[in-house]
Amino acid sequence: MPLDQSFAGRSYPPTEPYEVGREKIREFAEAIGDANPAYTDPEAAARLGHPDVIAPPTFVFAITYKAAGQVIRDPALGLDYSRVVHGDQRFAYTRPVRAGDLLSVTSTIESVRSMAGNEVIDVRGEVHDEKGEHVVTAFTKLVARKQEDAPGTEGER
Amino acid sequence: MTARIAYADVEAGTELPAAAFPVTRATLVRYAGASGDFNPIHWNERFARDVGLPDVIAHGMFTMAEAARVLTDWTGDPAAVVEYGVRFTRPVVVPDDDTGALIEVTGKVAAKLDDEARTVRVDLTAHSAGQKVLGMARAVVRLA
Repeated sequence: MPLDQSFAGRSYPPTEPYEVGREKIREFAEAIGDANPAYTDPEAAARLGHPDVIAPPTFVFAITYKAAGQVIRDPALGLDYSRVVHGDQRFAYTRPVRAGDLLSVTSTIESVRSMAGNEVIDVRGEVHDEKGEHVVTAFTKLVARKQEDAPGTEGER
Repeated sequence: MTARIAYADVEAGTELPAAAFPVTRATLVRYAGASGDFNPIHWNERFARDVGLPDVIAHGMFTMAEAARVLTDWTGDPAAVVEYGVRFTRPVVVPDDDTGALIEVTGKVAAKLDDEARTVRVDLTAHSAGQKVLGMARAVVRLA
């Protein structure tokens, strides 16, 4: 059954702040094998003009995806979470995420469409710091594949 | 501005240094822990095959992170990345052996966007096992 298109434009309350830690950034940088010292060495980050170590560009997804779970699991929307795959991802940065940030995410459903039996949902996650200043916006396209299809590249977490 | 590449020194067509990033099952386990994405399709072959995949596959966000390294290694300052987006077209299949898979990334300046902001659009390509694994992989980067 197609999803209710009236959900387009709906916003969810901001998430509880996520505190970005230096060691979490280090762990993530090591996991992607990236030795850029801006991720682990505060002095190296300072030489680039940053007040503390910064996170790799895709780090913030862990926070925005969790926030998008509010949408994905909204019983009123009725998405079959077991069929959800990750279609597209885009980030627009005002500044990099850095250690010490307290980030909260406000998720908005940008659009809900049916395409060839798949349900396509675009979710925008606006990430703000503790001062209310914009850090990054994550644009996530989720595809709930029609029943007979095998799952694609990404699935539920 | 702390990017080490000057806007004046690039033109449309300028190629970024290409790179290849290996990924093994151990890489995926580590990434799962760091990212919090514990979907078993990224570490459990039995589960992956049960849902119709050829084998365990890499997290799409892992591939996106590796492709970004071509940008951040080029500019030096990761903060130079203003915008970055990809489409997940095909999975990176990671066999259970000591070699794993290889994600091969190239990038090139597609256009100079704004002389004042010193921004360029970079188009990226990412391949694994001869297959294109990311589509529409593009970034806007602010140069020195």
